[in-house]
Amino acid sequence: MSRHLLSAADLDRDAAVEVLDTAELLDRSLTGREIKKLPTLRGRTVVNLFYEDSTRTRTSFELAAKRLSADVVNFSAKGSSVSKGESLKDTALTLEAMGADAVVIRHSYSGAATRLATWVRGSVINAGDGTHEHPTQALLDAFTMRRRLRGGEGDLTGLRVAIVGDVLHSRVARSNVLLLTTLGAEVTLVAPPTLVPVGVEQWPATVCYHLDQVLPDADVVMMLRVQHERMSASYFPSAREYARRYGLDQRRMNMLRPHSIVMHPGPMNRGMEIAAEVADHPKRSTIVEQVTNGVSVRMAVLYLLLGGSDE
Amino acid sequence: MSVLLRNVKPYGEDPTDVLVVGDAIAQIGAALPADGADTVIEGNGAVLLPGLVDLHTHLREPGREDAETVESGSLAAALGGYTAVFAMPNTDPAADTAGVVEQIWRLGHESGLVDVQPIGAVTVARAGVQLAELGAMSDSAAQVRVFSDDGSCVSDPVLMRRALEYVKAFGGVIAQHAEEPRLTEGAQMNEGAVSARLGLAGWPAAAEEAIIARDALLTGHVGSRLHVCHVSTAGSVEILRWAKGKGWNVTAEVTPHHLLLTDDLAEGYDPVFKVNPPLRTAADVDALRAGLADGTIDCVATDHAPHAMEDKETEWGAASPGMLGLQTALSVVIETMVRPGLLDWHGVADRMSVAPARIGALAGHGREIAVGEPANLVLVDPDARWTVSAGELASKSRNTPFAGRSLPGRVIATLLRGRPTVLDGARVPVGAGTAGVGT
Repeated sequence: MSRHLLSAADLDRDAAVEVLDTAELLDRSLTGREIKKLPTLRGRTVVNLFYEDSTRTRTSFELAAKRLSADVVNFSAKGSSVSKGESLKDTALTLEAMGADAVVIRHSYSGAATRLATWVRGSVINAGDGTHEHPTQALLDAFTMRRRLRGGEGDLTGLRVAIVGDVLHSRVARSNVLLLTTLGAEVTLVAPPTLVPVGVEQWPATVCYHLDQVLPDADVVMMLRVQHERMSASYFPSAREYARRYGLDQRRMNMLRPHSIVMHPGPMNRGMEIAAEVADHPKRSTIVEQVTNGVSVRMAVLYLLLGGSDE
Repeated sequence: MSVLLRNVKPYGEDPTDVLVVGDAIAQIGAALPADGADTVIEGNGAVLLPGLVDLHTHLREPGREDAETVESGSLAAALGGYTAVFAMPNTDPAADTAGVVEQIWRLGHESGLVDVQPIGAVTVARAGVQLAELGAMSDSAAQVRVFSDDGSCVSDPVLMRRALEYVKAFGGVIAQHAEEPRLTEGAQMNEGAVSARLGLAGWPAAAEEAIIARDALLTGHVGSRLHVCHVSTAGSVEILRWAKGKGWNVTAEVTPHHLLLTDDLAEGYDPVFKVNPPLRTAADVDALRAGLADGTIDCVATDHAPHAMEDKETEWGAASPGMLGLQTALSVVIETMVRPGLLDWHGVADRMSVAPARIGALAGHGREIAVGEPANLVLVDPDARWTVSAGELASKSRNTPFAGRSLPGRVIATLLRGRPTVLDGARVPVGAGTAGVGT
């Protein structure tokens, strides 16, 4: 693995499989232990630099770092770096001076993690930058798919994944398209045409505007969060119409093959993109599992970026 | 005062000598005697062109003197081969009154390196609501003829129509920043494959093209004059070609960066490549070059837009758009137009001097190299290559997108009304009282 994880495109097939394998290994080595901690990153400092609220992702990274015995500092810098307080560059230099070995950054601007990586010597992990990418989310999604449908081994060759919803504004979708296709999966994007970016033709994915058409063939249906604000910007006429055309309800879930799973990166809009009975379905829904797997995958990323050869 | 330019090639043609006496060209011919000339410039076969004219410069004064001043921008212009620049009015306060345009004009006169011709704002505070006092600016000492809200589009179609009509009374022109504001809310870069991948909000070509088409129609309807700033798309070139075919008085400019750079440079999210309108695709670059070559696009204008370091060393989305251009423009035109054979030196003189002076109604500039004409001249060695280094440019800012690039063309000398402002590629100190007033 290279020094940073900024984009899912930073990982080739072998590097991606290595992360997933490492996550499995770490997960197993902690299973059944009374004290869920490994000494691997003792003495290392991981900074969580969060410019956006995200209790879910921040907590996941924090747990991952702590389970590897790293020192964790949460540096919450809400609001735009320009409108309030110091610039991202000055913050970067401050963290650098404090000896951060890794900076996990969540930021509302696309490319913020890439910029940060030009200013610090430590590793930068992109925990979501604007509408660009969220590579560890894609890794935990791939990990979840592999466990459920590929016995926790190898890659995802031949797996058919439908990613449904606001692709245009979704960093989860961008990272997943890159990572899943790297791992051999076939990705179909399903959305109203307003929520698919101009230029999507160059992505390694097919686009379909009709959810019902893709469900019978999908091994995985990944529902994306659709923000209500999109409605006022005329991306679709109403929340009801969106739910009717692109929401995953009971009827649509019944179109899936028996083994197929339903994923969601959270937080969900129940009743909008996903019906409650689907989200809570004991067999198909992996939503809670994804959260658990997120910690393992982030441990693997931290381990591979910071551990290994330096020890 | 006299200057002898020895062994120079006017418009790249046969070598000759050119004698400048006072503020005009006195003699052109082979082996003119050097005795008596105060200054002798050895051309060694370099190309002599009329002094360049930039229809689109941001000098940032008043308001952002930390980024650029009339003085520092004028020096960058002279070093780039310019003898006149048009200063855009998006200063703080905006150049929307006779008082502010006269202030800028006077600052330019005091620095004496190039003629600084202010452009007046179309609307009060460039807010797009109410017409500024265009007549007062026209009648002022600055004699403003070009009006623009550059940085913002005059998007209200009624206001645009009125502006076009109103300036007919004093031979004015509206220079439109063509950007449909609703189609570009939050836009960060060209909308296409690269923006889709980078997750940056797209600036669709149609947002520029729709305004150009609308304004061309209005211009034809009211019989006025429209100039389109920084044309950036292939579709815009097609619309301009159509409008000109109708016989309407529509002119356009293209920037050097849109002739050379493409949107994939946004990949690293370095805001030095963030500009408005944004860098487009290779197909757009090709169409812009072709349009400039066949005259559909009338001229090259720099859109020199200095920004302080802290406005560029940020996240892409937080950065100010804009690029330095005055000292690299001629080199980029040589690289993109002359070397590929799209433009000869007469063409360069037309697109970078004659046409912009004509569009801006600036007397004394863009004139032929001929006896009796004002000696506004630039001497350039087209074969000398140099590597652009941000720190070595005269601007107070560093935001050149060409840093590290090797470009052809070195300005040897620039003469403003017979007086060298640049010799051997360096500034000539202004002697007291030697600068004349241009317009």
